[in-house]
Amino acid sequence: MTYDVLIVGAGPAGMSAAVQLSRLGLAVVVVDEQPAPGGQIWRGVERNKSGPLSQALGEDYRKGLSLVETFRASPAEYMPETQVWHIEEGWSVFLTSGGRARRVCARVLLFATGAQERPVPFPGWTLPGVMTVGAAQILLKSGGMLPQGRVWIAGAGPLPLLYATQALDLRGQLSGYLDTSGRPGLAALQKLPGAWRDLAGLAKGAGWLRALRRKIEFVRDVKDLRAEGEGRLQHIEWSTQGRRRRVEADVLLVHQGVVPRIHETLALGCAHDWRADQGYFAPRLDRWGETSRPGLFVAGDAGGIGGWSAAMVSGEIVALAIAARLGKGGDVEELRRQARLDDRLAKALALRPLLDALYPPPRERLADETIVCRCEDVTAGTIRAATRTSVPDPNAVKAATRCGMGPCQGRQCGYTVQALLAEVHGVPAGSVAFFNIRPPLKPITLSEIASLEDMETAG
Amino acid sequence: MNADVLVIGGGLHGLSAALQSARRGASVILVERHFLGRHASGATAAGVRTLGRHAAELPLSLEAAGDWHKMGDLVGDDCGFVACGQLQVAEDEVAFSAVKARVERLQAKGLSHERIVRSDELRTLVPDLAPHCLGGSWAVGDGSADPHRTIRAFRDAAVAAGVHIKEECKVTALTWRAQVWRAETSQGSIEAKVIVNAGGAWAAEVAALAGDPLDHAIRTSMMVVTERTAARIGPVVSSFGRKLSFKQTAQGTLLIGGGSQGRLAADRQSATVDVLALASSVRSAVRLFPKVGGMRIVRAWAGMEAMTADHLPVIGFSRRVEGLVHAFGFSGHGFQLVPSVGRVLADLVCEGHTKHDLAAFDINRVAAERAAA
Repeated sequence: MTYDVLIVGAGPAGMSAAVQLSRLGLAVVVVDEQPAPGGQIWRGVERNKSGPLSQALGEDYRKGLSLVETFRASPAEYMPETQVWHIEEGWSVFLTSGGRARRVCARVLLFATGAQERPVPFPGWTLPGVMTVGAAQILLKSGGMLPQGRVWIAGAGPLPLLYATQALDLRGQLSGYLDTSGRPGLAALQKLPGAWRDLAGLAKGAGWLRALRRKIEFVRDVKDLRAEGEGRLQHIEWSTQGRRRRVEADVLLVHQGVVPRIHETLALGCAHDWRADQGYFAPRLDRWGETSRPGLFVAGDAGGIGGWSAAMVSGEIVALAIAARLGKGGDVEELRRQARLDDRLAKALALRPLLDALYPPPRERLADETIVCRCEDVTAGTIRAATRTSVPDPNAVKAATRCGMGPCQGRQCGYTVQALLAEVHGVPAGSVAFFNIRPPLKPITLSEIASLEDMETAG
Repeated sequence: MNADVLVIGGGLHGLSAALQSARRGASVILVERHFLGRHASGATAAGVRTLGRHAAELPLSLEAAGDWHKMGDLVGDDCGFVACGQLQVAEDEVAFSAVKARVERLQAKGLSHERIVRSDELRTLVPDLAPHCLGGSWAVGDGSADPHRTIRAFRDAAVAAGVHIKEECKVTALTWRAQVWRAETSQGSIEAKVIVNAGGAWAAEVAALAGDPLDHAIRTSMMVVTERTAARIGPVVSSFGRKLSFKQTAQGTLLIGGGSQGRLAADRQSATVDVLALASSVRSAVRLFPKVGGMRIVRAWAGMEAMTADHLPVIGFSRRVEGLVHAFGFSGHGFQLVPSVGRVLADLVCEGHTKHDLAAFDINRVAAERAAA
């Protein structure tokens, strides 16, 4: 069947757009990989309604419940546990769920696919026992699971601070926190005045920091992190203020910020711009969230990291534009003013410039022996050698080294390869492109794709 | 800068022509507008196949087969070539009769690179094959190679032979004056006595710049690669009358191709995957090898290459302008021919003639009217 709008992602942006669009009488379908709505931020919010886990996850987490309930009650069709693996012009969207592939069509597409953690390789990052803070938080939200043994957190950004606070509230064991962000520079201080618009947010972050420093070992200015062990993590090592330290560790949780999920928009050939301050590509959007390809919209973190409250507002803005495109809009500029959408967006983004300045992407030089592509086991040294005799194009490196050819399609190594090419050729990182993204967007089996032909001929 | 020969196009045919010409003493510059092997040469399944070749291509193909078996002598690396054999199966009686008739015709000419195999031998060669396959043709000397390793080996050999390679170098104008070509490029001008047009899907654009307009179609053959699995399939397997070629690579991944076509963009500059067309190739593969159905696809792509109406390449001098040699239009099966065609092009460039009969590859088959001035 053909829908008016197909939304990918049932997080804050996707749900709020779906609620608005279906209110306007449009036929909306929301496709999402998770078993329940909420996205990463509100994962499991319906089952974690009360009790100690709900308390520990905090007020911002509990706020998700009302949007999830409104979304559930809306006429928007919802397809959970469904993966989008390919999209063709027109728009044909190819899905799999429960081992079956099928195709649905829509007049307009909205990507509300959110963010992914920025993969930052360091020596030993592929050892069992090393995982990301985001993955640990998924385990926490999915069933209250906490890591056991000697647990260390290393990285920078609000998420590890939040996670550490949540884990300690739940009597989780944390041996220490390694802050890799360095001292806040002048750039960060200059962003402070703007951040006062979100005083509550500012106070919240400062509170997390104070409490953590009181409860666990908090090491500042951490550099040259290394994980070691035979078959699994046993030790971690780092430098701080010129001294090298080594401790025993069972679990190391790492995090270096989040970046937009851009595989879908890259695969569809949308224009993207480089954000030098945060070191990521984001799709080029107009003020209504439309990409360079008409009929293709993006809302939320997938269009540039802004956090959940900004994502909700951007979902509402995009919904207005889409409705207008499909003849249900009215005066969208007036509606945008009436709902004070730009004001709400500015407030939601008030803290962002400060956060971006406090937590710039890490720029340490990678040792040659560090694995960059964990699917194909390609090291930084191999990539440097391959690009010395070629041009600064990641696709040439991919062909020469198999880096980025595995099931993750460069999600783990794309930005690292880009940085290495920029380093070797002496050009700005933003001038180096990302990998060409080939279908499928998610792995699909031969039988699933074969069954597609049966279904199409039968239909 | 200047040279005896300017090769336009950094695919395998361009690299091979440059290598062979340089080894005969010519000074050679090769320009490539993206990076080496960006299109067909990097998108190919890299089948090394004499099996089922058109009669006109067989002399070049059989000569190339000899090269592949001693590739180290030619480029200092085996290019990942494995003589695993190629097998064309017949899934029904009609197909089997057609395969048998072809092999009988070859044998009548004294050619023995293909032979008929019956059902029992089929199972010995490929135990996983579905039971309905009746028999097929087996080319024991055929096999497959690693396309990226082949590109690197030809590049390294060409550089060692003195070829000057310029990547990200796009030709914008070509003029012939006083017996010399002058090429304007994104990296300055280049003068050469002879130009080799190895532009692949963009061969018509190069020819138009040189004043030799021609028409060719563009093939956008799709390929699918799966995650790795334990070694289970030795030969490259195709099926008579179906768009299917199937192999397991040295890395353990399964590679499925065979000519299902993707979608060509309206400006003919890019191609994308057509999933429903691809599903048909994949279904043929799963029918032949039911056990692989659960394997996950990690990547699919569409390569771009020039295609002629009779699916035979264009190899030879331009008939309208001096100092221009064409080599394009391999129509989806040029990979195996790389060593021998490079030699033929070096014959033409360095000597002005070749002992090979190029009548079937004549440019007049694709010539277009010159646009009115």
